[in-house]
Amino acid sequence: MNERLWGILVDAFPKLLGYGVRVTVPLTILSFALALLIAVAVALIQYANVKVLRQVCRFYIWIIRGTPLLVQLWLVFYGLPSAGILLDAFPAAVVVFGFNEGAYMAESVRGALESVSRGQLEAGYCVGMSYMQIMVHVVLPQAFRTAFPALSNSLISMLKGTSLASTITVMEMFRQATVINGRVYESLGLYTEVALIYLAFCTILTWLQRLGEKKLASYGGVRA
Amino acid sequence: MMLEARGVRKSFDGREVLGGIDLQVEKGDVIAILGPSGSGKTTLLRCLNFLERADAGELVFDGERFDLHAATRRDIARVRKKTAFVFQNYNLFLNKTVLQNVTLGLTLGAKMKKDAAREIAVRSLERVGMAGRLDSYPSQLSGGQQQRVAIARGLASNPEIIYFDEPTSALDPELIGEVLAVMRQLADEGMTMLVVTHEMEFARNVSSKVLFMEGGAVVESGPSRAFFENPQEERSHAFIRSILEARGGERSQE
Repeated sequence: MNERLWGILVDAFPKLLGYGVRVTVPLTILSFALALLIAVAVALIQYANVKVLRQVCRFYIWIIRGTPLLVQLWLVFYGLPSAGILLDAFPAAVVVFGFNEGAYMAESVRGALESVSRGQLEAGYCVGMSYMQIMVHVVLPQAFRTAFPALSNSLISMLKGTSLASTITVMEMFRQATVINGRVYESLGLYTEVALIYLAFCTILTWLQRLGEKKLASYGGVRA
Repeated sequence: MMLEARGVRKSFDGREVLGGIDLQVEKGDVIAILGPSGSGKTTLLRCLNFLERADAGELVFDGERFDLHAATRRDIARVRKKTAFVFQNYNLFLNKTVLQNVTLGLTLGAKMKKDAAREIAVRSLERVGMAGRLDSYPSQLSGGQQQRVAIARGLASNPEIIYFDEPTSALDPELIGEVLAVMRQLADEGMTMLVVTHEMEFARNVSSKVLFMEGGAVVESGPSRAFFENPQEERSHAFIRSILEARGGERSQE
């Protein structure tokens, strides 16, 4: 590797990492929090079979899963202003990522809820607990454990997906790489570098996932 | 009469499972509900606790009338407060410890203080010999131990009657004894129990009365001794004989 390229990569590293920590990570965390909120609500509505709302949820999942994330992003950021809805780039990205991943995560959570034995609900009723109490203390914790690997997957996929926000002017880690590259024309080196930083972030998440799974395993097998 | 059910009917998808069952329970009764599988025994028990909504029927509990079909949420809560239900596959809360399994209904359902609930829970668990495993999770227990914890969970709310739905059917043969021993002890202490079971020894030696069902109807009911020694109905006779023959077959194979 020649010295010029090495110098460029070393110079770029703190800048890339800085945008990664200050923008990519918060963007991921906020979007994931929104997605989780939506996913649990949508899954619960379907699990409890709430009329009308249930149809709304199916419709939402159908639309989101049937259209590309990039198109959704552009529609919200470049399209909606014509309809009078004007969002800044960062919040627009949070909303789109949140609603997008939320649809996939809703299916993970719903599947996990349905895998919890109905007997748990019946036992709860028989000792005088209400539906809400049983959901909060018994069914949801068990479902969360089942859904945890799938949700971790979503989080990792979302972290990488935030690079798409660069296309709607959010100055996050990948856009910073393109900006630097615009000055120095070292695509191979810079994009490899930014890829490695994403890889490092995802490795940390994978490691956290394993830690979480170990903690959740404390009560042993899910089935009696 | 502590509890009386009248005209309990239930169909699933047009197939009649209960064709108008009547049942009387006196305080201290231990009633074994017998019958071939598919006779509606479990459905009857589940209807009495509203785990299944009967199509028709009436429940009189401590002189209070409840409509088994149209009971309100409040009615159901009132009935369940006086009852406990023990399931075939235990249904312990899998994410909770033994102690939490027993206290959860007390603190959340009955709004009891944590300390008081714990005290009651420990006492209930002592009665079934499980007080030494307070911090274990269900998955760390044998089936027999899980069922005993489930019984303790039922006892904790101080019910007037306990419903047992085939409490030993899911257990390995060597674990059945410990659960039956607990049930026998409860019976001796005067607990009112309604037990759907295939355990003939229990029905014969522990239960005070027998309700024999077939095809969604009561064929015969009465004191256990009379039922086994001198069954009045041909169907009862055939059932007892078939059970004894099946047992004889098992023995000769051993």
